[in-house]
Amino acid sequence: MVALARLVARPLIVPAIRKRRSALAGLTPYLLLAPSALFLLAFTYWPVVQVVGGSLTVRGFRGAPHWGLDNYRRLFGDTHFTTAVVNTLIYAAGTIIPSLVLALLFALALIETTRLTGALRTLVALPMLIPLVAAASLFAFIFLPNAGLLDHYLAKIGVAETNWLGNPSLALGSIIAITVWKNCGYYMLFFLAGLAGIPGDLLDAARIDGAGPVQRFFWITLPLLGPTLAFVLVIATLNAMTQIDHVIVLTQGGPSDTTSMILFYIYQQAQQNFDIGRASAATVVSVGVLFALSLVSLRSLERGIHYET
Amino acid sequence: MRRDTPLFALALASAAALLWFIPFAWMAVASIREAGAGAADLASLWPSGPFGWGNFADAWSSGHFPLWYLNTVLVCGGILVIQCVTVSLAGYAFARMRFAGQNALFALFLLQLILVPPILIVPNLSTLVAVHLYDTLPGIMAPYCASAFGVFLMRQTFRTIPRDYEEAAVLDGATRLQIIVHVLLPLSRPGLAAFAIVSVTTHWNEFLWPLMATSSPSNQVLTVGLATFTAGAEAGSEWGVIAAGTFLVAAPLLAAFVLFQRRFVSSFTFSGIK
Repeated sequence: MVALARLVARPLIVPAIRKRRSALAGLTPYLLLAPSALFLLAFTYWPVVQVVGGSLTVRGFRGAPHWGLDNYRRLFGDTHFTTAVVNTLIYAAGTIIPSLVLALLFALALIETTRLTGALRTLVALPMLIPLVAAASLFAFIFLPNAGLLDHYLAKIGVAETNWLGNPSLALGSIIAITVWKNCGYYMLFFLAGLAGIPGDLLDAARIDGAGPVQRFFWITLPLLGPTLAFVLVIATLNAMTQIDHVIVLTQGGPSDTTSMILFYIYQQAQQNFDIGRASAATVVSVGVLFALSLVSLRSLERGIHYET
Repeated sequence: MRRDTPLFALALASAAALLWFIPFAWMAVASIREAGAGAADLASLWPSGPFGWGNFADAWSSGHFPLWYLNTVLVCGGILVIQCVTVSLAGYAFARMRFAGQNALFALFLLQLILVPPILIVPNLSTLVAVHLYDTLPGIMAPYCASAFGVFLMRQTFRTIPRDYEEAAVLDGATRLQIIVHVLLPLSRPGLAAFAIVSVTTHWNEFLWPLMATSSPSNQVLTVGLATFTAGAEAGSEWGVIAAGTFLVAAPLLAAFVLFQRRFVSSFTFSGIK
């Protein structure tokens, strides 16, 4: 219909000058996109091409570089990398599940708008405002064995001195705790917005029909919160893959690789080992994971971004 | 709306929220507690004196805070100014124009929401070296000059503005650029403010990329400075000084959040993605 209307509206004889101007006008949207596209090309698309190329380029000690899967073979043969992959999975599950559950509980408890809940929301949201390295500096003292904040107060209830960041079986858990503390308030804000969008009539109707609080939560609140939940899940996954500042500052991946993650491995290969081939291959792996994530989630992202509007 | 939160839930949430605040409480108390109070008092959350600004003075003089503040402000400000140009133009194209490949291009733009710069540090570093921007402030800014999130936000914002305004301007002979600058942007202040809040917060707190993209101390931003500063002070167990240094880094955004809380919250929930 629209196309037809346009066809009808178009004058049959177009003066030459006007035609040239409209040809230029057709370029306008692309000119407007050009500045953004230039930077996206240089720092998002081209790097992906570059890193795929780099990961497939084999540089021997002699002879010209050639194509091959050598970097991937070395990557997957490196136990540091496989450990980093496993740690990333543990870290993702260990940060996403508790922070989403806690964020939802906070949101449910603080949904009413009073002076008290407002203040409590602020307290929970504050950590999202500080840099992850600042959080790391604070937790460096909190986790300090013996003299630190945690041990100081745990000693009063008879818990012995603990090396939170130095003990291989505790270090990843401590790193996870920092992330949960930092991100929970951020996710809470989304759940608060999502909960505010649930019609009160629906909950009242369920109440009149005799549904208890638990039933109301599982049969009404949770299903209606679906889009928010999906959106927060994507952001939390993205954070788990891309936020490792506290690992760099506090543990450097140690003790014995227990807190090393994929991005930390990439950082280490590039910064310390100068093994660009292997760093590229590892980058391709994480780009692949994120790309898959974007395929399943772009829609929920798009929906989520204007969830509030 | 009546929700009837049970009292025990509120009590539990209050306890948890206070627990959440403990690291900040320690930071505040430890930063103003004078040195020499002893190791046990160091961990105490009870504000007991003697108090003073000694830790702040120490942090200020042993770090390069003025330089770090300046660099951070330059980086955040520079990114924001360039972003405002790139996202307004692209946001306008996606909001108001029809062109071939529009949907595909929009999807390509949104890809940046997922393929965030930290994951691409290795190739982006070699790009920086190739264009001679390694170890410069513009080098830190470069990957962020385009913002998929900003484009999306401005597209949404422009769409809420009635076309009448633009049509009036067209009749007066305004060009598209004039329409964007003089008609649409002044009407888009809430959207721009939301974008500015998210952008500045993100880049003020960014660590990994500024760390990788620079090597000389004169180009360090606050987060990178704090990390080196903490490493030094930790060796000397100067925890009060670390608390003061952390406070100096975090305070501007914390203060802004407490002052403009409503603005911040709506910006972040509107956005979600950086």
